[in-house]
Amino acid sequence: MRYIKQLLIILAFCLLGELLAALIPLPVPAAIYGLVLLLTALCTGLLKPENIEDTASFLIQIMPLLFVAPAANILRYWDIIAPNAVEILLICVVSTFVVFAVSGLVTKLLLKRKGGDTND
Amino acid sequence: MTEFLSSISLFPLVLTVGAFQCGLWCQKKFRSPVFNPILVAVILVICTLLLTGFSIERYQGSMASVSWLLTPATVCLALPLYRQLQILGKSLPAILTGVAAGTVSALLSIAALCRLFCLDTSISISLLPKSITTAMGIVLSEQSGGIPALTTIAIMITGILGSLTGTTLCRLLKLDHPIAQGVALGTASHVVGTTKATEMGALQGAVSSLSLAVAGILTAILFPLICPIL
Repeated sequence: MRYIKQLLIILAFCLLGELLAALIPLPVPAAIYGLVLLLTALCTGLLKPENIEDTASFLIQIMPLLFVAPAANILRYWDIIAPNAVEILLICVVSTFVVFAVSGLVTKLLLKRKGGDTND
Repeated sequence: MTEFLSSISLFPLVLTVGAFQCGLWCQKKFRSPVFNPILVAVILVICTLLLTGFSIERYQGSMASVSWLLTPATVCLALPLYRQLQILGKSLPAILTGVAAGTVSALLSIAALCRLFCLDTSISISLLPKSITTAMGIVLSEQSGGIPALTTIAIMITGILGSLTGTTLCRLLKLDHPIAQGVALGTASHVVGTTKATEMGALQGAVSSLSLAVAGILTAILFPLICPIL
């Protein structure tokens, strides 16, 4: 029955996340609040990884499956998207390279500045 | 045929799981990020729906009964994040700053290009969260008036691009440090990039998955600030 108990703990964090999302007037999704709350609980030792591990890994593993239906909805929006397909692709390519370069180079610079103790 | 399929209430679910399994199989067989399981599954599902005449609305209606799992699954991402935080303790400031710089550059570059191309606001909002993980991207896009379907597709394209060009980009930019490589792959191309990072090395993989989670959270926080300028 450990799956059920773990599911209950996870759902409790989801509920807390929904509560925060309703109370705080920012368009931050409930799932993000839930994630941050769960992370805080783990970091403070309030919750041990073993308390949620089995159900959590199951949910994380099936997660990609949950993206198929939302993506298939592209069929419904095809008329809006098709005329801008080239621009959309171009934006994807350019911004991916920009982010790759900026994040990688900034990290490298900071690691170097810290000195030679980062050879791990 | 359509009527027969409509009478089977599990048809959409079986189709989705089956298509995804096909996607996994293709990925294993061809060993190329182009065969992204989600992308393969989406194409198979769309083709099946078009061929059988099964309506997309019915399909979505039926799949809505499992989509609630997305919130608890996203919340659970805290667990791998917690583990990576523990491994990467002392390099954390550099990693977090790199991810933050990358996230800001993602939002600004996408917003600027959308303005340049005079794209419709709903399309711009859909593209804005394209460098983060799908779970978070979909929710952000939906809440702010974007098209979650377009967001998902843009996220997939971004992931595949980063994964395909990652090794070359690292060489061109002279990113020789494994931590810098992990940050670049995770911030730019989320989970798909992380798979590539894991191939490059365990340290790259851990850094990459930490980066994608942090990038997701940061994007969620910065999103409302960027939306008005679109």
